[in-house]
Amino acid sequence: MGREGEVVAELLPEFERTHPAIRVKLQQLPWTAAHEKLLTAFAGDSTPDLCQLGNTWIPELVALNALEPLDRYAAASSIVDAGDYFAGIWDTNRVAGQLYGVPWYVDTRLLFYRRDLLARAGFSAPPRSWSEWKGMLAAVAKEARADQYGILLPLNESEPLLALALQQDEPLLREDGRWGNFSGAGFRRALGFYLEMFQHGWAPALGTAAISNVWNEFGRGRFAFYVSGPWNIGEFQRRLPAGQQDSWMTAPLPGPDGPGASIAGGSSLVVFRASRHQAAAWRLIEFLSQPAVQRRFHALTGDLPPRRTTWTDPQLATDVYARAFREQLERVKPTPKVPEWERIATEMRLVSERAVHGQLSLEQATHELDARADRILEKRRWLLARRGAG
Amino acid sequence: MRRAGAAWCFVAPALLVIAVFFFLPVVAALALSFTDFDIYALADSRNLRLVGLRNYVQLLQTPLFWQAFGNTLYFVVVGVPLSITVSFGTALLLHSRLVRFQAFFRTALFAPVVTTLVAVAVIWRYLFNPHYGLLNYALGRIGISPIDWLGDPHWAMPAIIVLAVWKNFGYNMIILLAGLQSIPEQLYEAARIDGASMWRQFRHVTLPMLAPIVAMVNILTIAGYFQLFAEPYVMTQGGPLQSTVSVLYFMYEEGFKWWNLGSASAVAFVLFLFIFCVTALQLRLARWQSAA
Repeated sequence: MGREGEVVAELLPEFERTHPAIRVKLQQLPWTAAHEKLLTAFAGDSTPDLCQLGNTWIPELVALNALEPLDRYAAASSIVDAGDYFAGIWDTNRVAGQLYGVPWYVDTRLLFYRRDLLARAGFSAPPRSWSEWKGMLAAVAKEARADQYGILLPLNESEPLLALALQQDEPLLREDGRWGNFSGAGFRRALGFYLEMFQHGWAPALGTAAISNVWNEFGRGRFAFYVSGPWNIGEFQRRLPAGQQDSWMTAPLPGPDGPGASIAGGSSLVVFRASRHQAAAWRLIEFLSQPAVQRRFHALTGDLPPRRTTWTDPQLATDVYARAFREQLERVKPTPKVPEWERIATEMRLVSERAVHGQLSLEQATHELDARADRILEKRRWLLARRGAG
Repeated sequence: MRRAGAAWCFVAPALLVIAVFFFLPVVAALALSFTDFDIYALADSRNLRLVGLRNYVQLLQTPLFWQAFGNTLYFVVVGVPLSITVSFGTALLLHSRLVRFQAFFRTALFAPVVTTLVAVAVIWRYLFNPHYGLLNYALGRIGISPIDWLGDPHWAMPAIIVLAVWKNFGYNMIILLAGLQSIPEQLYEAARIDGASMWRQFRHVTLPMLAPIVAMVNILTIAGYFQLFAEPYVMTQGGPLQSTVSVLYFMYEEGFKWWNLGSASAVAFVLFLFIFCVTALQLRLARWQSAA
């Protein structure tokens, strides 16, 4: 899918050379069409043998009963070693105790920040906890000119708030994903902090569409912090002038008290239940999971590898911008594993956007979110109740 | 009787195609709208529940649907008259003998209709940019402070309307221009001999002769504008604060993003009923007008 689909074509000849009995037919999909295409393929009984899957989609395809459990393959494998993978990432591939995918590359959200702007405000290191972060935001805001802000939290992205919410001890859904848990103390704390950043004027109430060119604006110092993902390392290196490359850095996400968790995102490789070549598909997964192949994949795409061994590669280990990601990956948490999650996350973004604009109070927003989540989960409750009775 | 049989034979292929590719899907969608078809039902048909009118009842209780409906109505009520006025104005200009290089202008003004919306959207996003956008620059020149076109919930829909009108007016312009050109010259000649001013020629020759075409353009444009989708899809994704979510956009998300095909079908039928009523009303109005 996307860029990965193009790059994997360069890796496949080697696989076919070492596995002469296996021929791989590659089909590339754009990300925007992939989800729809997979569901249509499932409805039409024409799923592929093996496929790359965003790891938040796994619960949905498991609900469709479309994926083959991989536990027995992984247990027998000398290449895929569960202990070598970042635990939070590995966990996203387990649904109801069974393994359905092998992580291919990882994605999480953390802080991009302007060192020079922090230094001007009197700080030499990035924040580690929310209270430090608040102090820095307030100090940066004091130095800021009109139209400059402490942080950019784009209103069209749910991830920044989601990351803050995952840092809490309470789960986002309760009773095995039957009900929303947004009125709980954990989410209230996360949303409260998120809203505070807007109420103090530290963050502008804007989406990325209104920013037009996030990289330029970051370079111009319109905001000192930006919560984003690994692809922006490459973007900033490419788009900011050489003279400015020293002025920015990445840092792990601050937590409520000390370094916090973030989202366990990324893509996995899965095998479809309907496939007649499951063993061959597993061989390809093993091939793509070798640290040496993952290094080449990283060099080609910039995608971050999911195995600790791969990270010992000098090129990755010495990359100053990737270092924070390496640290963050030890502290990532999966989102709730229900097929409805993506929709609930969208509602979370919409409701929090209304709260940012002052149309809802914190209390109203959390109750509204619970009501919406409970409605979305109605069918799930019905199915679970029926399964329990039957 | 033989003649009727022959006639049926001639239309049968067309009827068959319409039945298979139009009526059947519509009936299937109607049936779907009484179920809770979703990805669970896709996995196993035993997970499908017949829910009667629940999709419709819930839909009418969903605030976002009403917001989408309001947004769409806003778009139609402001956008359609604006679009037709601009089309009419440009058609009159192009028809007038005062304008030179008519062929060039005709092509230039029609060009937005045939350009790809996605490409156009990139350019318009820059035009609408609050900091470097040409639009705010022009407004700044006459002393109006910058407007956050796509970021401010109050201005996003006007911005979409401006884009849609610019994108679509050329189509109606060509139809109206063709209408203008088909008005016999003798009528104007006769009017001039009777001493009618330019305005009275327009009022008593051009307008009545053009009335059927204007009525048709009206109906097509209103039905088309109710189906607003691509503009918000490429410009704002329904934001900010869902101020540019249209009924069709709402349906798209419900059906193809969340895979709730049952309730998405219900949205489709509610929109269909509404457009149907509006069009029927317009037809009646047009008939009443031509009778008067």
